[in-house]
Amino acid sequence: MRALTFHGSHDVRVDTVPDPEIVNPRDAIIEVTSTAICGSDLHLYDGVIPAVQKGDILGHEFMGRVVDVGSGSTLKKGQRVVVPFTISCGQCFHCKIQQFSACDNSNPAEKQELTEPLFGHPVSGLFGYSHLTGGYPGGQAEYVRVPFSDVGPIVVPEGMEDDEVLFLSDILPTGWMAAENAEITAGDTVAVWGCGPVGLFAVQSARIMGAHQVIAIDHHPRRLELARQMGAKVIDYSQTHVLEALMEMTGGIGPDAVIDAVGMESHGFAPDNILDSVKQKVGMGADAPHALRMAIMACRKGGRISMPGVYGGFADKFPLGALMEKGLQLRTGQTHVQRYTHDLMRRIQEGEIDTTFMISHRLPLEEAPRGYHNFKENQNDWTKVVLKPGMAV
Amino acid sequence: MTYRTFEDDRAMHRARRDRRAPYPGGAALAAGIGLMLLGGLAAQRYAGRQQERRPADSAPGRTARQSRHGRYAVTGRSVTINKPRQEIYAFWRDFSNLARFMENVESVHEAGDLSRWTIAAPMGHAVEVVTRIVQDRPGEEIAWRSTEESDIDTEGKVMFRDAPEGRGTVVEAVIAYRPPMGELGRILAKMFQAEPGLQARRDLKRLKMLLETGEIATNRNRNDG
Ligand SMILES: [Zn+2]
Ligand SMILES: [Zn+2]
Repeated sequence: MRALTFHGSHDVRVDTVPDPEIVNPRDAIIEVTSTAICGSDLHLYDGVIPAVQKGDILGHEFMGRVVDVGSGSTLKKGQRVVVPFTISCGQCFHCKIQQFSACDNSNPAEKQELTEPLFGHPVSGLFGYSHLTGGYPGGQAEYVRVPFSDVGPIVVPEGMEDDEVLFLSDILPTGWMAAENAEITAGDTVAVWGCGPVGLFAVQSARIMGAHQVIAIDHHPRRLELARQMGAKVIDYSQTHVLEALMEMTGGIGPDAVIDAVGMESHGFAPDNILDSVKQKVGMGADAPHALRMAIMACRKGGRISMPGVYGGFADKFPLGALMEKGLQLRTGQTHVQRYTHDLMRRIQEGEIDTTFMISHRLPLEEAPRGYHNFKENQNDWTKVVLKPGMAV
Repeated sequence: MTYRTFEDDRAMHRARRDRRAPYPGGAALAAGIGLMLLGGLAAQRYAGRQQERRPADSAPGRTARQSRHGRYAVTGRSVTINKPRQEIYAFWRDFSNLARFMENVESVHEAGDLSRWTIAAPMGHAVEVVTRIVQDRPGEEIAWRSTEESDIDTEGKVMFRDAPEGRGTVVEAVIAYRPPMGELGRILAKMFQAEPGLQARRDLKRLKMLLETGEIATNRNRNDG
């Protein structure tokens, strides 16, 4: 089959590799019809995530048709399914209490030893996201082996297009959980840093959950425009003092909840951010949480911080004092995708959530390297890239 | 060989002492800074005297900073498995199941009251161990010990107890062995010292996967590689 594989920093290629087959009883094999490039794939592309090996197949946002099933799968050949990026067994302590992204059993035992020293506990298995998360071959390919296929995949109802449901695999539930973690109540102002796909879904979700106003912060005009379409007020940080603006837009109180949808690649011209990028270049591995720092400073006393953005290491100059003295709550984590898929599928079907507005480019799988390049270098116009293995080149 | 190693494990933690410097926290901070100023040797002697009077804590002996097991290497790990105690006991009691989740165990064949283990060792070696069950309390504990004809002198024990509030069963496995003489002994000892407990932890995780999900997680995309 053809698959997008990692060859080094800023070097991904579409190669011919062996087709996957059923290995464990609960497996299914999916023929991919649509798969997206995620902002977090750019961390792999930039080479800042360790334990990515040459030849690893990337991609964790995918859907397609079931072409083979193991004896323990509940899927049937021919069904169309969307596959969550988190691999979850459904039977461990965490899965039973719906903490699906904390599954004990999805990361192979020998791979768990990679993250246990880093974090105190091993992380769970994810598709196409380095050997830290299991080294599972990813979804930017013609076929994918899906473990625990009786737990994760959600069957697509008749008549729904790929583009309407594809983002149930990650960014829609991630944006939704980010808004849920903000614990929004009537009258609240919610500030969202980053108008990438997760930020845009967080804006939309916060509106649905009844926020009085949502303020989105970015510097790409096109992305800010998409946030405005979703009902947000916007701040362009390249022309406005964000903290002052947020105070003035909330009657001198500050946002009740803040969402950092940027993660470790935050841009910014403040001295602390420049220092972080210097440290990253010299290999000290410090994450660059400029957006998070600002979000903590902006948040009102007793407010909530929601952090869907991805971090993998340590942060310098984290404003711990502001966190404590203002009595803030911080909630974060990889998304418990399977907790949200059914409810969100219904909301898409009923037209409550718009999932297609952010797709800027649809490319054949063969053009995936071009997709990566532009998604990174031309963020204003390339807002979301969907790859279609079946599309003519 | 007498069945004493696990009593040692408990005795060890009664007599537990180590050389770590006292943690300079809270009210002790000023004293901590004072210690640093005293300099290496004096501070160490001071810390050592402090340790003498330390009462034993609640942690298992094998987690102590200094081993008290003499020539025996001891490792042990706990895992919580979301299954009933009797079910896990019964699975383990059938020793032929052990090769399904213990990575280096190629096979275990039971013959009468003895079990013959074939264990893969580094550099193509294989180790044969014959064990006899020395303790069997259904649902609670199984202990075994190697006989004279084994390549290594080893004993092991697995204990089962209910986890709180319906969270399944805590499985605790402890393995002790005395490395044999010769090259094989050196290889095994090196392997063991480099990563104490690593294999036990890996194997218990695989047991948990097998019992909770019916399979052992793998990222392999094909059966041939
Ligand atoms: Zn993603
Ligand atoms: Zn699980």
